[in-house]
Amino acid sequence: MFNFEFMQNAYLAATVIAILCGIIGVFVIARNMSFLTHTLSEIGFAGASFGVFMSWPPLNGMLLFTTVSSIIVGQLSVKPARRENVISAISALFIGLGILFLSLSNKNASYATNILFGSVIGISRADVWQISLLSIVVLAVIFVIFRYLKFDSFDPVGAQVKGVNKQILSIVFLILLAFSVSVAAQIVGSLLIFILLTIPAAVAKYFARTVGGMMLLAVIIALIGVWLGLYLSYVTNLPVSFFIATIEALFYFGALLTQGSQKSV
Amino acid sequence: MVSEPILQINHLTAGYNDAESPVLKDLNFTINQGDFLSIVGENGVGKTTLMRTILRQLKPLKGNVDYFPSAHAVNIGYVPQFRNIDSEYPLSIRDFVGLNLTGFKLPWLSRSERKRVNDMLVHTGLQDLANRPMGQASGGEKQKAYLAQALVEEPDLLILDESTASLDPVSKNELLNLVEEINQKLQVTVIFVTHDIALAKKYASKFLLLAPGTYVSGNIDELTNDKVWGMMESHV
Repeated sequence: MFNFEFMQNAYLAATVIAILCGIIGVFVIARNMSFLTHTLSEIGFAGASFGVFMSWPPLNGMLLFTTVSSIIVGQLSVKPARRENVISAISALFIGLGILFLSLSNKNASYATNILFGSVIGISRADVWQISLLSIVVLAVIFVIFRYLKFDSFDPVGAQVKGVNKQILSIVFLILLAFSVSVAAQIVGSLLIFILLTIPAAVAKYFARTVGGMMLLAVIIALIGVWLGLYLSYVTNLPVSFFIATIEALFYFGALLTQGSQKSV
Repeated sequence: MVSEPILQINHLTAGYNDAESPVLKDLNFTINQGDFLSIVGENGVGKTTLMRTILRQLKPLKGNVDYFPSAHAVNIGYVPQFRNIDSEYPLSIRDFVGLNLTGFKLPWLSRSERKRVNDMLVHTGLQDLANRPMGQASGGEKQKAYLAQALVEEPDLLILDESTASLDPVSKNELLNLVEEINQKLQVTVIFVTHDIALAKKYASKFLLLAPGTYVSGNIDELTNDKVWGMMESHV
């Protein structure tokens, strides 16, 4: 399997993406941002279509759209009560734009399917480098702001009392999330991005007691999902996103069952 | 020994929108180092407004709040009434306490920071529960963890904002015994905001009684039920 360069590239990219998603996912879960992550993936689809329309690489269009929209969401929805409505409106707008750009660019339906569901064979060595570079940037920023981000994500009341600048922190995190969504879309596609960004961290939340522990566990669960998913996809010739989604969902239901049986003891 | 002031409030008028209908008007009082001051009053008299002003989250409309020796030198620890900690909250009590150690530093705590967290867990009697998830801690244990988190930054002034409101009588006394010990042993000045006059009289050394448009302050033995009712009734 590793004789093929496209499989080497897919495994390298998937490994980087799993590490990134496992780590950032812990903050997505703690900050209750699963819904926004889902929306950013739809915005990513619109961005990719725009990229195609402009004859850019789809990743560049995605980065542009997800970053701009996350800044808008951050500015408009400081109050949590308003957040879901703002996100819904922005989501609707961007899906509309995605369909428009795709239809204007005269690409066929299979191209749209690739954007939505991801593609393993489409990843070149240059893509691997770009994905790695973006991931390193995101992880480096998290490393620098880690203690503030951790406090604000896991104890917003305490962080506010301490005087942590929540608005700046929130916008920085949204931009990091936008980058992560765009990067992760390369493997699982924009429609299923939230699988890697939310499920591994949601499972880890049930078993780990420290933020570091949650990150480690989430990365392991994400890695098992992408490695096994790529292998099964190679063997069966079925879509990789199907396998990754199924594996991660099984992890989640397994975790719920374990928790349920622990509580009933 | 004459106590030095840590906080002085001079002619403070504070509120939210404009100076025409402020929540607090022309308030004057001083808190000395090592004081255990209780701020009592009904809902809506401005206890939270006063706390937000002291915490520098709200600018005074008139007058000023002076910190000694300087605003930067006074480190304030605050224990708010509400926190969003549900039963699935994953962090251990130890990790939760350590959250307050911020700064652009390495993600993991240094050896001396870990020692500070441990010391505070010992001070608050949580050392045996340190690895229990916060989500599974009792109300009293959670309040102790909030207290430990505020103390881990070694504050000069500790503010407890209605921290005992949701606790049963035993846990209330347990928490305040702890605060009293911290006040005396670590020389931390305490502001305890509460509705509960009896609790204030049991633990505090001074009081500030707020009522709509007016206030009275003094040593705790001057806080009598007659005084409280008198102030309340004159504004009904």
